[in-house]
Amino acid sequence: MKVSLEVNGAARAVDVDPWRRLLDVLREDLRLTGTKEGCGEGECGACTVLLDGAPVNACLVAAGQCHGRKVTTVEGLAGHADGGAVLHEVQAALLACGGAQCGICTPGIAVCASWIVDAEPIGADAGARARVRELLAGNICRCTGYQLIVDAVVEAAQARRAGEGEP
Amino acid sequence: MAELQPAGPVGRPVPRVDGVAKVTGAAHYVDDLDLPGAWHGATVRSTVAHGVLDAVDLDPDYDWTDVVVVTAADIAAAGGRNVVTLIEEDQPALVPLGGRVMHVDEAIALVAAPTRARALEARRHVRPRISARPAVLDTDAALRAEVKLYGDDNVFKRFVIRKGHGDDAAFEDAMAGADRIIEGVYPTAAQEQMYIEPQGMAAHWEDGRCFLVGSMQCPYYVHKAMKALLGCDGDGVVVTQAVTGGGFGGKEEYPSMIAAHVALLARKAGRPVKLIYDRGEDIAATTKRHPCVTRHRLGLAADGAIVAIDADVVMDGGAYLTLSPVVLSRGVLHAAGPYRCPVVRIVGRVVATNHPPHGAFRGFGAPQTTFPYERQIDKAARLLGVDPLAYRQRLALRPGDTTATGQELTFSVGSEAVLEAIARAAGPRPARDAVSAGGAPVRRGRGVCFYFHGSGFTGAGEQRIAGRATVALTAAGDVEVRSSSTDIGQGAATIFAQIAGASLGLAPERVRVVDPSTDKVPDSGPTVASRTCMVVGGLVERAARALGTRIAAWAGEHGRGGAPFAEVAAAAAAALGEVAETVQYEPPPGIEWDDATYTGAAYPVFGWAACLVDVAIDLDTCEVTVERCVQAVDVGKAINPMIVKGQIEGGTLQALGWGLLENVLYQDGKVANASMTNCIVPTFADAPDLETVLVEVPYPYGPHGAKGVGEIPMDGPAAAAINAVVDALGVDFDVVPVLPETIAARRDAWDAARRKS
Repeated sequence: MKVSLEVNGAARAVDVDPWRRLLDVLREDLRLTGTKEGCGEGECGACTVLLDGAPVNACLVAAGQCHGRKVTTVEGLAGHADGGAVLHEVQAALLACGGAQCGICTPGIAVCASWIVDAEPIGADAGARARVRELLAGNICRCTGYQLIVDAVVEAAQARRAGEGEP
Repeated sequence: MAELQPAGPVGRPVPRVDGVAKVTGAAHYVDDLDLPGAWHGATVRSTVAHGVLDAVDLDPDYDWTDVVVVTAADIAAAGGRNVVTLIEEDQPALVPLGGRVMHVDEAIALVAAPTRARALEARRHVRPRISARPAVLDTDAALRAEVKLYGDDNVFKRFVIRKGHGDDAAFEDAMAGADRIIEGVYPTAAQEQMYIEPQGMAAHWEDGRCFLVGSMQCPYYVHKAMKALLGCDGDGVVVTQAVTGGGFGGKEEYPSMIAAHVALLARKAGRPVKLIYDRGEDIAATTKRHPCVTRHRLGLAADGAIVAIDADVVMDGGAYLTLSPVVLSRGVLHAAGPYRCPVVRIVGRVVATNHPPHGAFRGFGAPQTTFPYERQIDKAARLLGVDPLAYRQRLALRPGDTTATGQELTFSVGSEAVLEAIARAAGPRPARDAVSAGGAPVRRGRGVCFYFHGSGFTGAGEQRIAGRATVALTAAGDVEVRSSSTDIGQGAATIFAQIAGASLGLAPERVRVVDPSTDKVPDSGPTVASRTCMVVGGLVERAARALGTRIAAWAGEHGRGGAPFAEVAAAAAAALGEVAETVQYEPPPGIEWDDATYTGAAYPVFGWAACLVDVAIDLDTCEVTVERCVQAVDVGKAINPMIVKGQIEGGTLQALGWGLLENVLYQDGKVANASMTNCIVPTFADAPDLETVLVEVPYPYGPHGAKGVGEIPMDGPAAAAINAVVDALGVDFDVVPVLPETIAARRDAWDAARRKS
C-alpha cells in the first residue's frame, strides 16, 4: 500500500504492508530512530508520537491508518532559528531539571509533554502536578522516579505561558 | 577590587553532558545503529526447566536459504570454549548436544536472517528435542538435594558471620540472655529491572577480530567472556558500549551471553548481525533480583537494647552460579543492619534451582536482608511501646561502634544526620481514618526505615580489581577522560567531566568523556557496586591532578609558570603531543579484611539513609497509595545535586514498586508474566511527589568527599512502606511484595484489629 503522510512537516511516501507498524515505518523506512520501542504492546510509551496532534503509541498504529495524516516525532519538536536548533520548551526543561537520565523514555515523554503544554494550561500547584502525572501515566520511566520530569513539564508549561505573554 | 574566583563545577547542578542528544532523540542506542548489510538474530530456547538435550532438528520442509543456524558445535569447531566466563565457568553459551538443559528459556541454538521477521520465523522451525527430568523449583527442594544441580548439596555458596561469640552454643547462650526474642520469617520476591531499553548487541568481524557494540554496564566483563568463547587474545575482540537505556544491574552480567550469541552469528553469517531482545524475551530470559527467605531472631534486653541478632538467609540463585556468591555476600554483610549489637550470627546460603539465573539488581542482596531487620526493629518498637524513629535513633551505629564484621566506624558516619533529617521532615501524622473520593473507607499509616550500604567492592575487592583511569591532553589540545565506567543514565559522564574539570580549572563542557570501548579505555572495573563516583571518580580526580601537575611543570620550564591549565594547554599539546596520565586504585589506609573469617573492614565506607512513608489504604479495594515518601541519604558530597537527587528518587520508586506493586510470577520454572502488561512497574500516576534530603558527611578518600549512592535508595523504602501498611492495619505483613490481594487475603485479621483499636 502506498501511504502518503506528513512527518515533522515534510511530505513523505512509503510503499508498505498496511499492517506495518507506524513505529517500524518511522524507525526503519524513514530512519527516524528517535522514536523508541520499549515493549511493543502499548504499555511503556517510549514510542509516543503525535498523530494529527494527539499522542499515540506508534507500536499500536498501522501504517495503513496514517495515509493523509500528520505525524510529529521527537525529531520534529525542536525549532530552528538563526541557523541553529532551538529546543522545544519541554526539551529545554527536561535538560535543565534533570528529567532525562538513561534517555530511552525521553523522546516519548518529550512528545507527550509537548502535547500537554499545548493542550491545556498547567499551573504550578499540587493539582497541576497531579494532572501532569495523569496525562503522562502512559509513559514509563524506570530511572527518575518521575519527580524531576514532573518538575520539567510544569516548568515548560510556565515557559510556554510566559512566551505567549500570559501573566 | 579582588576578582571573585569562578565557582568550580563540583557541587553544581550541571546539565547532563549527554542531555541534548537524549532530549532530541539524536542519541544512538544499539538498535538505532545503522549497520549496512546487517542481519538479525534470534535465539532458540528451552521450553523445559530441566532435562537433557537429545537433538536439535531443523524442519526439513522449511526453506533455509538465507538463514544461518548456530549450535554449540560451532564454538569448539572454531577453537573456543562453550562457557560464559564470570566467577565460574559453569554456564554454557549454548546447551551442547547431550548436555544438560538447566532452565526454561535457556539458549540452545541461534538463527540469523536478513530481516527480523524472517529470523523469528526461522526460529520456529528449529526444534530442540529434550528429555525432561524432575526440576528443582524452590529453595527447600534444592536444599533437600534429592535432585542434584550443583555439587552434592546444591549450595553455590555459604557464608557465616560471627560477632561476639565463638560457636553456635556460645551464640545460643547469648541469645538465651535476652529478655525477649522476636522471631520472623521474611520472604522477598524476585524483581525485574525493567530498564526501558531491552537488551541488545551487534557484532561484526574484520580481519579475524570481533567488534561488539551494545547495551551494557561492563565492557570488560564482556571482553573477558569473549576471549574464552572465541579462543582469542585481548586484541581479538573489541567491546564498545552504545548509549544504554538503563541497567540497574540487569546489564551487568547478561550482556556477555548476548555478546556470545551475536558474535557467533556474525562469524558464521560473515556479515554484521544485530540481536535485539523484545520485551517478552528480555523479561523471560534475563536475570532478576534473587528471591530470598530470611529467618530472623532479634534478642532484646528489658530496656530495649539489642542483645543478639540471628539471621539465616537463603537465596534462590537459579540454574548457574553467575554472580550469586557476591550477591549473597552483600546480603549477609548488611543483614544485621546499622544497629549496635554485641553478638551477631549471620548464616547465608545461595542455592541452585532450575529457575533462570538470578543476578545483579541495584542493592545486590541488601534490599532482601534490609526488609527483614527493618520489620523486626519495627516489631520491637511496637512491643516496647516506643516511637519507631526514636528507637532507631537510640540504637543506630555511631562513630566508634563496630559493625557485624567487627569494622570500627571512624569517619563519614551519617547515621545520626539522616535520622535527624527524617525527624525534622516528618511533620504531623495525617488523619488515621478518611473516606476516598469514591466513598470507600480509608486507613492511613506511617512507616520509617533506617539502613546503610557499603560503597565499592567488598573487602579487598577494589585492590583485586585494581581499576585504572586516564585523563589525557590530546595532541589536538582537548581534555579526555578515559575509563570503562559506563553512563547508563546515572550520570557518570557528567560527574567525571565535573571532577576532571574541577581539578584542571576547566568548565565541564571543556572535558570530553570518551565512550567506553575496550580498545580506547583502561579497565576501571565494572559499573556496579556504588563505586563509579567514589572509586573511579577518585581515579579521575587523581589522574586529572597529575595531568595538571605535568602541564604546569612544562609551563614553568617555558616561562609561563603559574599560568592556568586552560591558558597553556594548547601550547603544551602542540609541543608535547598527547600527554596522558593513568592512575590505579590505592586503598585508603587501615582497610583490613579477612575473607576466611569474614571479619574486618567490609567496605572502605558506608552510605547511610533513612526513609519515611505515609500510606493510605482503600479498605474496599485494598489498594495502597503512597501519599508521602521522604528519603534522607548521606552521599558524602553531591558532585551534582540534580543528578544525585534524580538517582536517589529513581531508586526510591523502584523500592516502593518492589514493596507494593511489582511481582515476577514463575510457573513450572518459567516466568508467567513476561510482558509489561502483566509484569508492572510504577507509573507517573502511582508515584507520590518524592522528597529527597541530601546529607553530606564527607568521605576523606573520595573525590571531594563523595561516596557511593547508586544502590542505597533501593534498600529501604520497601520496608518503610510495608511498615506503614502494618501501622495502618494493625497486623503484620512480613513479605515483599504486599499487593492489594496480599492485604485482601487477611481482611478478617485486620478488620478485627481495626475494630479493637
